[in-house]
Amino acid sequence: MSGRLAQMPENHVDQIGAPPAQPGLRLKKAFSVLGPFFGLALVVGLFMAMLALKDIADQMQKENLHGFTGWTRAVRQGSFDGLSAFVSVANIKTVLAQTVIVAVGALGMTMIIVSGGIDLSVGSVVALTSVLGALLLHRGWGTGPVIAATVLGGSLVGLVNGGLIAGFRLMPFIVTLGMMGVARGTAKWLAGNQTVNYPIESSLNNLMKMEDLDHLFPLPHGVWIAAGLAGLLALIMRQTVFGRYVFAIGSNEATARLCGVRVSLQKVLIYTLAGLFFGCAGLMQLTRLTQGDPSGAIGLELDMIAAVVIGGASLSGGSGSVLGSMVGAFIIQTLRNGSSLMSWPTFTQEIIIGAVIILAVGMDRLRQRRFRA
Amino acid sequence: MTPRLAMSGVRKSFGATRALRGVSLTVGPGEAHALIGENGAGKSTLMKILSGACPADEGTVALDGVRFEPQNPLHARRGGIAMIYQELTLVPDLSVEENILLGAEPATCGWLRRGRRRQLARQALAELHHDSIPPEIPVNRLTIAEQQVVEIARALIGEAKVLIMDEPTSSLTRIDTENLFAIIDKLRRRGVSIIYISHFLEECQQVCERFTVLRDGESVGTGHMRATPLSEIIHLMVGREIQEIYPRTERTLGRPVLELRAVGGHSKPASVSFSLRAGEILGMAGLIGAGRTETLRACFGLDRLARGQIAVFGVERTQAAPRARLRSGVGLLSENRKEEGLMLERSVADNLTLTRFGPLARLGFISSRQQARCAEGWMRQLEVKAQGPGQPIVELSGGNQQKIALGRLLHHEARILLLDEPTRGVDVGSKAQIYRLMGALAAAGKSVVFVSSYLPELLGVCDTIGVMCRGVLSEVKPARDWTEHSIIAAAIGSGTEEQEGPTL
Repeated sequence: MSGRLAQMPENHVDQIGAPPAQPGLRLKKAFSVLGPFFGLALVVGLFMAMLALKDIADQMQKENLHGFTGWTRAVRQGSFDGLSAFVSVANIKTVLAQTVIVAVGALGMTMIIVSGGIDLSVGSVVALTSVLGALLLHRGWGTGPVIAATVLGGSLVGLVNGGLIAGFRLMPFIVTLGMMGVARGTAKWLAGNQTVNYPIESSLNNLMKMEDLDHLFPLPHGVWIAAGLAGLLALIMRQTVFGRYVFAIGSNEATARLCGVRVSLQKVLIYTLAGLFFGCAGLMQLTRLTQGDPSGAIGLELDMIAAVVIGGASLSGGSGSVLGSMVGAFIIQTLRNGSSLMSWPTFTQEIIIGAVIILAVGMDRLRQRRFRA
Repeated sequence: MTPRLAMSGVRKSFGATRALRGVSLTVGPGEAHALIGENGAGKSTLMKILSGACPADEGTVALDGVRFEPQNPLHARRGGIAMIYQELTLVPDLSVEENILLGAEPATCGWLRRGRRRQLARQALAELHHDSIPPEIPVNRLTIAEQQVVEIARALIGEAKVLIMDEPTSSLTRIDTENLFAIIDKLRRRGVSIIYISHFLEECQQVCERFTVLRDGESVGTGHMRATPLSEIIHLMVGREIQEIYPRTERTLGRPVLELRAVGGHSKPASVSFSLRAGEILGMAGLIGAGRTETLRACFGLDRLARGQIAVFGVERTQAAPRARLRSGVGLLSENRKEEGLMLERSVADNLTLTRFGPLARLGFISSRQQARCAEGWMRQLEVKAQGPGQPIVELSGGNQQKIALGRLLHHEARILLLDEPTRGVDVGSKAQIYRLMGALAAAGKSVVFVSSYLPELLGVCDTIGVMCRGVLSEVKPARDWTEHSIIAAAIGSGTEEQEGPTL
């Protein structure tokens, strides 16, 4: 590699050459990787504190205690039901299982957002593919073919999205907004506008089944599948030429074109591949509900987008990480779970999750600004 | 006489980096003052402080003898300090008049007075002798030179006392530059002080009375522009002598590697023919808008051809995508580093290796360690000042960014390099290095097409030069057969005495 320019005249020595990677750079990198984890720790810590306070308040009310002495007594005697429910193995396992669908979808969404695009049709695609799977099971198809058909169904929608975006140079926002309606309508049409049931004994149902709630392992298969897919995608994004091209297109499409990247083809590939993940999410939705619901998963894509953004990606493309998105998905589910343990109504959850998204992105900008200065 | 502007003892740190460590700058009324220094010397930071974009840590700024601390850009503008940035800061979709009066719209209770706006815009343009620019058309339909006039007009609206021009001629041709100098003279006669930042010392000599040199965040010298020899100023800038800016390497021209026969695009170019030989540096001069960039883009397959043939290494391949061109060893350096050339927020390593991951990957998987090591190798060779291969490009100075963009072609082992304005916005030291690099490449048998609007570098570096005029490339002749004068004559269409701009 070096030495090719050995014929270059030896020149002034007083200019400093490239110093080796400085610790500042490494620290910066570590900080941006750890960012979502800090967020997770913060959310968990906050809920633990709030649940503990709530437990104490409940205890004081139950035993009719007052004042500081009453408070200390409640602390000593309290059973902390809420707090222990939150940090219990069973609950952690439940949250993990609940995260799976959003997490798998967020994988596909990460790829799309890093490439500078967006996909608003995911919720509809999840509904469509779950209806498709249910119908095929109903017809007596075997497990293998149903899995293949569902996942490929998702990627087919992705292929159409990508084809339209790349072929006609349309905005991803518009194309997928249209697809949101098309896929949703198709799902309802296929399902005859009602939920599709299938023989319950299908082996697919084990995918999300929880066994032995007292121990963390065995985890539901779905969690392992999601983890495996995440590992695979992380590898693709970081270490393959395809992955580097995804970042290149999102960072600067003109540069990518200049550097010989076949941008259109690449975009079709990105949306199609992401469609595979959305199909997977549809399959998981199917096994969780044990029925195909054409009007389910509404707004699911927003959870996925939120997960990706909380995970540190920029909506203008060029940055984002698989690990971050996974933690982001987990944060959202933890918020839901914690809020319901606090017995807050759903609208409070919605407000809190909305606020957290804005907060996460705001903190990310602040962090970047501090490092840039 | 109180100076119009007096800055003294200005200091500024960003974190641990001390960008400015004591700068003094004095400019009299109606004076054009050249602010000179290599990239990273602190010129931009100093001007940011003056224009209110960031506050100084220490030091004083006085305007007409009164202490003035700009809190924000608006405050600075109201105080009479206007800035024209290196990158034009117009809103491309808005009209000329809307741009000129942006932020200073004539209005009654929020209701826009359109007639008054047009009148003010016309007035400002007329003052610059550019009333031929229609105020109602969108700015993106103007040439770059015209856009700059609009930008200056905008500065005039605010009753500027001090006008800062950051590399105003970097994207202008010779003739547009002369026009700009006429405008500067006019402004000076009105008493406007001008701070002129440029890498082109000859230009500074032409327009400025005095200069201040910055080096490593300090003002290291000030004096009268015309009374000081350029070599002394360069010495102040770099702190060392540059004996030879344009080095000549021993090279022998081989067989033709890139042949264009009557190549034409859909709008530009009209007809271009040349034959580039191995080991040749072919210069392409011409006005902006003459079709030089379009020619390179057509060669590289970024724009479609309407007619003509292109042969690469003797093989006829007229239509080919950039990917195919890269495969056959052709590389393009875009004139637009920020928008097309680089992925700004990605790392140095990613930018360097984007076109050729092959040697860094096994079974399709890229090794991050090899990528970093490879990038470090190029950074050492090109003397890139950066924290490491993982640093985002956006944090580097212009010269270092350009070295990375060039490094990508080197990493690709391109044998035909199409370089579009490779020295634009690059400091003297990096420029000399880029010239040396081009010489070394040619000596190694590689071929370069060098597009530039700066004639001394074309004449200094190239073996042969062709001049582009209205989409047609002149005969390519040896560089020694050209003079600056004959190139300009060819660029404006020889025979006509009338000095015409590109599309005016």
